[in-house]
Amino acid sequence: MSAPERSMRTPLGRVRHTGAGHAGTGHFIATRVTSIALAVLAPWFVVTAALDIRDASYLRSIDYLSNPVNAVGVILLIAVGFYHMSIGMQEVILDYIGRPFTKIVLLILNAFVPFVLAVGAIFAVLLVNFGV
Amino acid sequence: MAGAPSPETRPVSPHLSVWRWHVTMLSSILHRVTGMGLYGAAILFAVWLMAASTGPELYAPVQTFLMSPLGGAMLYLIVAALAYHLANGVRHLVFDTGSGLQPSDADTSAWFAILFAIAAPIGLWALVTFGA
Repeated sequence: MSAPERSMRTPLGRVRHTGAGHAGTGHFIATRVTSIALAVLAPWFVVTAALDIRDASYLRSIDYLSNPVNAVGVILLIAVGFYHMSIGMQEVILDYIGRPFTKIVLLILNAFVPFVLAVGAIFAVLLVNFGV
Repeated sequence: MAGAPSPETRPVSPHLSVWRWHVTMLSSILHRVTGMGLYGAAILFAVWLMAASTGPELYAPVQTFLMSPLGGAMLYLIVAALAYHLANGVRHLVFDTGSGLQPSDADTSAWFAILFAIAAPIGLWALVTFGA
């Protein structure tokens, strides 16, 4: 056994502000900041979409997404919502998945899938508005 | 640290099978369950947007599904999950300020979040059916 490092720092002082991921509190704060935005965006979308697209038809959907306010709101909802859900699912994976390989695979999927879907969905809103 | 319990005997997070159920435990579990459910709902949201951007032919099956009993039940559950996650998320933002952590207060707010999840989809259904 090697000699312990001579230092006046306590074990607590050494790990403080590092955390298990060695990355501090960024995700903790991001979860809360995005949740404040989503507390406005998500109910707004649900209520306006339910009222404007009652029959789920193609024409009413396009009408809804062609409104500039709706288009901007939906794009914001996608960007903020998919980020929020990716952080949240990462926390769940880290809590419950013990096997390193499964964990890494799920973490990578959780990083890629929401990002791809968010870009696809935002592009879809732009296509509806500016497509030929 | 003399007397500190070894890692094996430290208290661990709730084991669902041995803990007596109480409402704050239920509220925590529901937050995770609804969060994961909304992950799936967000994927469907992206699919809906991408289908709408591709034109009426590819969108037709999406409308058929959304207007079917299964699609309706799914939308109802999504609104309930969103309402719960929203109400409980606000509850956690209040907790973050240090307020509402008395057991009696936490119980009351947990019940409020659950009741809101039941009331919100009924309220939205009433608004769409009987409202403007």
